[in-house]
Amino acid sequence: MEPIKAIVTVLGQDQVGIIAGVCNLLAAEQVNVLDISQTILQGYFTMMMVVDVAACATPFDELSQQLRTFGEGRGLVIRIQREDIFDAMHKI
Amino acid sequence: MLSRNNIFETIEMIDKQHLDIRTITMGISLLDCVSEDAARCSERIYDKICRRAEHLVRVGEEIESEFGIPIVNKRISVTPIALVAGGCDTEDFVPFAVTLDEAAKNCGVNFIGGFSALVHKGFARGDELLLRAIPQALAQTNFVCSSVNVASTRAGINMDAVARMGRIIKETARLTADRDGLGCAKLVVFCNAVEDNPFMAGAFHGVGEADSVINVGVSGPGVVYHALQRCKGKPFDTVAETIKKTAFQVTRMGQMVASEASRRLGTPFGIVDLSLAPTPARGDSVARILEEMGLEVCGTHGTTAALALLNDAVKKGGVMASGHVGGLSGAFIPVSEDEGMIAAAQSGVLALDKLEAMTCVCSVGLDMIAVPGDTPAETLSAIIADEAAIGMVNSKTTAVRVIPVAGKDVGDTVELGGLLGSAPVMPVHRESAAVFVARGGRIPAPLQSLKN
Repeated sequence: MEPIKAIVTVLGQDQVGIIAGVCNLLAAEQVNVLDISQTILQGYFTMMMVVDVAACATPFDELSQQLRTFGEGRGLVIRIQREDIFDAMHKI
Repeated sequence: MLSRNNIFETIEMIDKQHLDIRTITMGISLLDCVSEDAARCSERIYDKICRRAEHLVRVGEEIESEFGIPIVNKRISVTPIALVAGGCDTEDFVPFAVTLDEAAKNCGVNFIGGFSALVHKGFARGDELLLRAIPQALAQTNFVCSSVNVASTRAGINMDAVARMGRIIKETARLTADRDGLGCAKLVVFCNAVEDNPFMAGAFHGVGEADSVINVGVSGPGVVYHALQRCKGKPFDTVAETIKKTAFQVTRMGQMVASEASRRLGTPFGIVDLSLAPTPARGDSVARILEEMGLEVCGTHGTTAALALLNDAVKKGGVMASGHVGGLSGAFIPVSEDEGMIAAAQSGVLALDKLEAMTCVCSVGLDMIAVPGDTPAETLSAIIADEAAIGMVNSKTTAVRVIPVAGKDVGDTVELGGLLGSAPVMPVHRESAAVFVARGGRIPAPLQSLKN
């Protein structure tokens, strides 16, 4: 199956279990994590994940909503966006 | 490989700098809807629009969700109705506007453009009837936009049409006086109108276009403004370079969305319109970009030069980012839709005469300007003639969208709502141009050589 790459970004207050929580949610939806990078900037947690959503049966907007809801309860802003938009803006 | 900085830069542009796709506009040809029977023609128009644009809004929303980029407007443009309905057995064109309105409502778009006529050299039967119907059409509909091309570089200025448009604007204002002349916000008078413009109110689907097509208008004044904050005090070379790079990024995003929309809708991609379209939101203003270059208030001396640089750099940056560029492509300066322009006009620094000078170097013209309700029709016509002359001589598109607001005078403000914003009523010259306008006839097309 052709991969459909998307970028998950997480921004917010650092706390225990962010990566675990997001990864569990993605795993339950058959979303494969290809790459993770994470850092703490001035106390703020910032994470970027490259994922493959090709095997995910849930519609994209529902998956996006699930991540958003997960973040809202924890003071985090979580987004998922198709990789193409970043490629378009930053690669020639 | 994308860096984290790239990712978060894009997210910040969308979140904090108002980066968005301003419009996905589906152009639909109605030439195959022609019928002698007016009712049959209307039926065909309605069916074709609803069939072609059935999925437009849904696809737009899907793209918004998947790519995380707001698409503010989904719109439709159609073949000028004067051409489609000219052969119908009716003299009343208002029902065609009502049909367009119903089709727009059914498709869920927020505007439909193309209640239009091209009369830069003269009037055919359909043009005549369309012009007659404009005030009622705009008063009776919610989504319909109208435009009339009264001049071109090759044909000159049709001063009979210019005179009539002044009266039509007045009548439209009168019929929509209860909504502060809102009808006039949906009526544009053009010189050198383009066939693939995705922006309202001037969009129509030209006769040289395919059966249906996807055109996209990008935006991004806020992004340019933020980028320029990083080059305070630097020479203009740096300013131009910064704007070019930003425009490139914004347009690449527009191109990607256009290709995606075109693929999903099974409709050919037309053009990306490289425009810097402001909104009334703070931080999304073209005027503030000009002020960031070092002007105390937009409208003071230096404004035209600043705008010339901005407009040119946006095009240079954008043109390489898109497969096909078209539409109006340039910085827009609609007064009511730009927070900085509103402030500059309210302070009295930005006047109509300066705005006219600014339109010599940018897209598109005197746009969304409220003038006193008692402004004579002839004065409106003279304003149109001036603007058309600029377009005609400089081989560019110019336009006039003015709103004479009944019962309001200089110092008052008009609330038009939503993206149309609010407009301070601006003063016009009180000296009459009635004798000038009454001459009628045509101003000949200008010489295209010996340019000085």
